[in-house]
Amino acid sequence: MALLQISEPGQSPDPHQRRVAVGIDLGTTHSLVAAVRNGVAECLPDGQGKVILPSVVRYLENGGRQIGHDAQLAQADDPENTIASVKRFMGRGLADIANREKMPYRFIDKPGMVTLQTRAGEKSPVEISAEILATLRYRAEDTFNDDLYGAVITVPAYFDDAQRQATKDAAKLAGINVLRLINEPTAAAIAYGLDNASEGIYAVYDLGGGTFDISILRLTKGVFEVIATGGDSALGGDDYDRALADWLLHTTALETPGAGAKAAIKMQARAIKEQLSTAASVKARIDLGRTSAEVTVKRSDFEAVTVDLTARTMTAVRKALRDAKLSRDEIKGVVMVGGSTRMPQIQRAVAEFFGHEPLTNLNPDEVVALGAAIQANQLAGNDTAGDLLLLDVIPLSLGIETMGGLVERIVPRNETIPTAKAQDFTTYKDGQTALALHVVQGERDLVQDCRSLARFELRGIPPMAAGAARIRVTFTVDADGLLSVNAKEQASGVEARIDVKPSYGLSDDQIAKMLQDSFVTAEQDMKARALAEAKVDADRMLLATQSALDADGQLLDAEERAHVDALMMSLRAIADNSVDAAAIEAATEALAKGTENFAAQRMNHSIQKALAGKNVEAI
Amino acid sequence: MSLNLQSSDFELFGLPERFAQDRAAIDARWKELQREAHPDRFAAQGQAAQRVAMQWSARINEAYQRLKDPQKRAAYLCELRGAPINAENNTAMPAAFLVEQMEWREALDEARSQDAVDALDAQLGRARKETLARIGRLLDEENDAPAAAQQVRALMFIERFGEDVQARLEQLGQ
Repeated sequence: MALLQISEPGQSPDPHQRRVAVGIDLGTTHSLVAAVRNGVAECLPDGQGKVILPSVVRYLENGGRQIGHDAQLAQADDPENTIASVKRFMGRGLADIANREKMPYRFIDKPGMVTLQTRAGEKSPVEISAEILATLRYRAEDTFNDDLYGAVITVPAYFDDAQRQATKDAAKLAGINVLRLINEPTAAAIAYGLDNASEGIYAVYDLGGGTFDISILRLTKGVFEVIATGGDSALGGDDYDRALADWLLHTTALETPGAGAKAAIKMQARAIKEQLSTAASVKARIDLGRTSAEVTVKRSDFEAVTVDLTARTMTAVRKALRDAKLSRDEIKGVVMVGGSTRMPQIQRAVAEFFGHEPLTNLNPDEVVALGAAIQANQLAGNDTAGDLLLLDVIPLSLGIETMGGLVERIVPRNETIPTAKAQDFTTYKDGQTALALHVVQGERDLVQDCRSLARFELRGIPPMAAGAARIRVTFTVDADGLLSVNAKEQASGVEARIDVKPSYGLSDDQIAKMLQDSFVTAEQDMKARALAEAKVDADRMLLATQSALDADGQLLDAEERAHVDALMMSLRAIADNSVDAAAIEAATEALAKGTENFAAQRMNHSIQKALAGKNVEAI
Repeated sequence: MSLNLQSSDFELFGLPERFAQDRAAIDARWKELQREAHPDRFAAQGQAAQRVAMQWSARINEAYQRLKDPQKRAAYLCELRGAPINAENNTAMPAAFLVEQMEWREALDEARSQDAVDALDAQLGRARKETLARIGRLLDEENDAPAAAQQVRALMFIERFGEDVQARLEQLGQ
């Protein structure tokens, strides 16, 4: 619980107080939280002064849990209850998880997303990630001695819709208001670009613990325009560890019979890998509990067993350049992100390909969180002079299944978001009254080779001859990169809509239940929390409306203004006096609805203003 | 002039309704408009503002995609002037054009070296440029949308063949 703040006389807090907004890098191996303080983005340390939180969650005997360093230390001793690299399981089914037989976990195959059996029961990757996010949230709230207003959370650019949705659900579960999901390479570019006032075309090579991203961006006057992105959401430092672990086992003829030995060999491989970034050879004792052996690893040995992994990243780099229709010599600089880019063979491969040394002057572990913090600060309205604009793209094409298991692409990859695209379909049988829609994501032509995102049905189409119905399917991808799909029969107006929560995505009810299970137990606490949240939302809406009225109130006529004023007054009265969360929520929603027209007018107004701007050389 | 989501791409971008455009100006305009309408600008202003901003921002992106690409821009102008492209129902092309297409296909099938494919790619580039010049003349000077639409369909053939050439270049390694 935050302490109450008392300001010094004459220094009463500014009514437009700064909101606590942070950037969170939810990484495969470790996570960080950063915020802008005194105009500078910095990572926030924990009580021991460490900024890095290992992304490891351990479920304890007594119902408690350890998160971070303590959990990491227990990995070999309590492998089945100590989950590391959970990000690799986000939005993934069992069959999607490569090398799962080499992992010490008890996976449970569930439709859509896998779960893990622990002593605390069955845990979904979303819940485990929420533990990490909640830890970072508390760290931020302790640092600022204030509630968190919201966070920008980063995801690999190559994450598909299911993985993004799972990340957003995890944040919700941790009680975090997500201001935006942004792509990790884009966040790195912000931190980098703003630091260096760079202009031109840059590549961001981001090799993290479990994911690889390559993004090509154009930087001009505060605008970060992503031209193309590519990568592999299941390729990272973890794979280098595993390749080295296999080599160590092979060389020493040791075996890993139990889960503890599996976790131990991987951790020792990682330690050797890290030493090899600076040393040409490492002498180590491999200790697997009952058995052990001495081994000397040369850097060239390590590079030989991982050369295919490095080559895979460079294939993705070439593809992204082709997508961007750019040649490698048009790239002004390459930014290196992710701890794995410390490996000399990576730096060498990148330098050889682009013909110049990559840029490494920002800490590759911190740069993503720093960029996210800068964006969070601006989105929260703390930096009114900020002129940062991100124009990001969708990494993978979206489409719909048509006859014969073929994919009809509706939104092509690398399209700038937000985007709305429509395509007309028709019925294939006389008198057909329903249409099943199957939404998929991926680049392949056959449905079976793409990721299935959602299925839904449009029912009640009036019977017509085959081919006579006109069904317009609209895909909308919002600024977080999340998809919703709408289908409408044009003649009858019959409509169906789905927010693409992947079939295994958590419903709001499930999230509410999990919140109840894991963070607060007593019924009373739950109610208090809901009430507090409803009041915060009401305040937020009132503030937002007031600032909109201050800026553009003249757009409303007297009657409209009176209507908005009445809705505000009513919401203020209910929020101040009621203890019924639902009533406050309803009044907030009424104000939101009642100001929708005003919001549209403001938007028209500002677009017109932009058009009337100085820079009209074309007319 | 009052703008809304139904305004034409040209109105939205404040550009004259013609084929000839300055790509740099289109790019700059796109960024100016996104600066005003992008949902990030309204992040602290509630769901309704987010929804409206998203509609505008998506509409601006749609217009940008069409305006910046000469083929899409030409097709859009033809449609605005009552001569939609209708590529799927309208495949009749002049014989000379079809003969040329067949010759290109054969040349691609027979090309064994990077140089041979590069030469074909260059030839294709010239054909693309000439067709675009014709489209520009037909739309901006002669105001003959149906004839321009015919040329846009020819351009679509050329682009499709161009994709095959690119795929071949990728195969030959780079």
